Amino acid sequence: MISNEPAVTPELIAQHGLKPDEYARLLKLIGRAPSFTELGIFSAMWNEHCSYKSSRIHLRTLPTKAPWVIQGPGENAGVIDIGGGLAVVFKMESHNHPSYIEPYQGAATGVGGILRDVFTMGARPIACLDALSFGDPKNPKTRALLGGVVAGIGGYGNSFGVPTVGGEVRFDRRYDGNCLVNAMAVGLADADKIFYSAASGVGMPIVYLGSKTGRDGIHGATMASAEFGADAEEKRPTVQVGDPFSEKLLLEACLEIMARGCVVAIQDMGAAGLTSSAVEMGAKGGLGVTLDLDKVPCREAGMSAYEMMLSESQERMLMVLKPEKEKEAEAIFHKWGLDFAIVGETTPTKRFIVRHGGAVMADLPIKELGDEAPLYDRPFVESAKQPVLDPASVAPPMDVADALEKLIGLPDLCSKRWIFEQYDHVILGNTVQRPGGDAAVVRILDGPKALALTADVTPRYCEADPFEGGKQAVAEAWRNLTAVGARPLALTDNLNFGNPERPEIMGQLVGCIRGIGEAARALDFPIVSGNVSLYNETNGRAILPTPTVGGVGVLDAFTRSARIAFAAEGEAILLVGETRGWLGQSIYLRDICGREEGAPPPVDLAAERRHGDFVRALIGDGLATAVHDVSDGGLLVALAEMAMASGIGAVLEAPAGLPAHAFWFGEDQARYVVTAKDSETVALRAKAAAVPLLRLGATGGSVLMLAGERLLPVEELKKLFENWLPAYMAAPA
Amino acid sequence: MKSAVIVFPGINRERDMARALKLISGREPAMVWHTEPELPGRTDLVVIPGGFSYGDYLRCGAIAARAPIMNAVRRFAQNGGLVLAVCNGFQIACEAGLLPGVLMRNAQLRFICRDVYLRVERSDTAFTGGYNAGQVIRVPVAHGEGNYIADGETIARLEGEGRVLFRYSSPDGMIDPNWNHNGAMNGIAGIVNEQGNVLGMMPHPENHVEASMGRTDGRGLFAGLVDHFQQAA
Repeated sequence: MISNEPAVTPELIAQHGLKPDEYARLLKLIGRAPSFTELGIFSAMWNEHCSYKSSRIHLRTLPTKAPWVIQGPGENAGVIDIGGGLAVVFKMESHNHPSYIEPYQGAATGVGGILRDVFTMGARPIACLDALSFGDPKNPKTRALLGGVVAGIGGYGNSFGVPTVGGEVRFDRRYDGNCLVNAMAVGLADADKIFYSAASGVGMPIVYLGSKTGRDGIHGATMASAEFGADAEEKRPTVQVGDPFSEKLLLEACLEIMARGCVVAIQDMGAAGLTSSAVEMGAKGGLGVTLDLDKVPCREAGMSAYEMMLSESQERMLMVLKPEKEKEAEAIFHKWGLDFAIVGETTPTKRFIVRHGGAVMADLPIKELGDEAPLYDRPFVESAKQPVLDPASVAPPMDVADALEKLIGLPDLCSKRWIFEQYDHVILGNTVQRPGGDAAVVRILDGPKALALTADVTPRYCEADPFEGGKQAVAEAWRNLTAVGARPLALTDNLNFGNPERPEIMGQLVGCIRGIGEAARALDFPIVSGNVSLYNETNGRAILPTPTVGGVGVLDAFTRSARIAFAAEGEAILLVGETRGWLGQSIYLRDICGREEGAPPPVDLAAERRHGDFVRALIGDGLATAVHDVSDGGLLVALAEMAMASGIGAVLEAPAGLPAHAFWFGEDQARYVVTAKDSETVALRAKAAAVPLLRLGATGGSVLMLAGERLLPVEELKKLFENWLPAYMAAPA
Repeated sequence: MKSAVIVFPGINRERDMARALKLISGREPAMVWHTEPELPGRTDLVVIPGGFSYGDYLRCGAIAARAPIMNAVRRFAQNGGLVLAVCNGFQIACEAGLLPGVLMRNAQLRFICRDVYLRVERSDTAFTGGYNAGQVIRVPVAHGEGNYIADGETIARLEGEGRVLFRYSSPDGMIDPNWNHNGAMNGIAGIVNEQGNVLGMMPHPENHVEASMGRTDGRGLFAGLVDHFQQAA
């Protein structure tokens, strides 16, 4: 080992985020003190972000298999078979910490990273979704974060040329110190041409592809594995800078070399850059890897081994090449104006060796760095159960009409048009349902099949009851896919939590994972990819537990997808599912009554499946003219959304028995609003399927008419719905 | 109709364009890489599609305008060949000197993707023969820099010579600032050059060509071109 490198001191070890027991483990593993470069490599591989050391033992409990699953978790993205020789490749990943520090680049590189995960596997990206959580709108930082994150997502995705078709946005003071940016990408590939990251063959050339390596993003993954203190903004240099133009070229070049059969294995350089891509390829293939850093294309002269190994410069890939294809592959990369350099080879030694300037800068066991990284079974305490709130104990502070007007103009429920219009959601010409419905619908090639895509979670439920909240996230994704007529196939999950070293946070994580697993098993909805983001806390205050799930479903005929807009006047409005007036943890309780309490609505998975299968069949048989899932804000908010999407009003009546506000705004699960021309056939089918069905009224006119309430013109509701976000963003900072 | 779609690095709506051309003309267009010195023989229509050529890192279209293939496109246009330049293509055509004026950042300084309404100003051109004058069509836009600006004299000439073919309007065809999402002068969405053979437009007719996908308002432009060449033959 050489050494113009800094000496490894206890301070330096701490700065690298390694705990004393982890350092002891490292010493035992290599039998000597590590070099500075080696310390950097360990820190990059063993941080929470890359190693999943706190979550792995719990993630293993999730269901990941089904006959249609081609590849579950552990690769760059999950892969499912959708028939006809085609596969869908998808994953969701967070870029929370960088987005808080530098919103535009943080969000942009989040999109870039997830797109790379998808096309690394040989898929052409066909859609993106983004689930965003921001702090209280009254917090002066929120506006700047929202503006920057949205511009960054748009800036990257629009230029790359993928439609951003959906997602979700929420605001809560609990995200004041940590916003969440969860980006999901979905790609399409031939089912028999999927590319994986495990290297094979000894003495095979390892090729560096894409952009040059610079000093940006060094220690990004380590930064993302720690909580923020008052110095969060000083971490800006750890954020990478995105170049969507290079990414688009990289996409085309990669797909071209894959089509020409040049690739043995391929891995994108994401978190921890060259280090993690090289280690993963070797470790998964049971091989060693030797890298020669003198061959790495660099943006600036004089970069040290440490910097090169830890740089998170974007738009780079590492590939094991078929040696006979070298010239062909190189010509393709040069045609696209990208770097192509052989930087190493595979070896039989299971060692990870890094050379630079004639010296060995690192010589480490590859398995222990990669798939045998530390694993923790951290102590946890289960969250205390909340009492079930009796709807009769909630006195309505205003009448139903006033409450509806207030709710649809709230940050969480208002139109997100200001956001999705900054994303190109029509490029590629396959967007059947644009943002604003239950799920986006994207045609596959020239059809007739289509994908339905959604991203969901209700963090306030997860905090009140992690297990039920985890179940609910999965159930809602399943319901949203069902509501457009799709067969839900698989999930990706993006688990965002606080500091796992705190037993109560660990309890949230464990509870949510159990809930997600329970629901995924019950609904045959396996988890095929995912990402965990911990340490989302600032000055000891954690975010709401936010296990975002991204769902993918398939429709056999894209022309038959159901929409939320009322289709015509004079149709029956029907409610599928049972209403008990569940106000605990509802938006009504929080924003109309100012109370955040009670148990969240329980999720009856058998009812979910029964009701969902019933609704999907109605859509498939052409009996449902419009469909909307009932979620945040409850039934009347769902009905108002259907009216606003169409401009058609409705005459509605609540049944006797429940207080009106509990009926209209309760958030009972497993419910859908369906409109139909032939409601009698629907009623007969519901009876036969033992599905509760209630006639609420009929579509017609241009106002919402609720028995005993003042009239609500749809146009007026629309103004309230559309105005909040543009007005908020236009206000002076 | 034999068309050639020019592809620069960073262009990303070439597939949308190729699909529309194939669908309506029945013929697969040639995809022409930016380094080519010549267009394919007997090309009827050259299309410069949308996207972010060279990342739009300099001025939009500025680098693409100087690519080798653009010399061939200029010659093609000088000889009266029809050129359709959409979105980034419009920006490239302006930078290449094929069309006057410039596309500035949208007045609201944000990228905007939404359906807009266009009033078709004339139907007696090769590009608009599939529409009626005064007809309003609905097509999507997706751009951050579509705010058309030119000096007073140029605008006066464009208007005086009837070279504005598409204008942002309300659904009933009124020219109204509330329906002009990017702030373009006189609501200009699409113009032709002096000879009338180069059309630059910001909206994306190629994204509204299939009934099964919802709308077909963009079809008229391609159908009109196909008719134009059939009549010429």
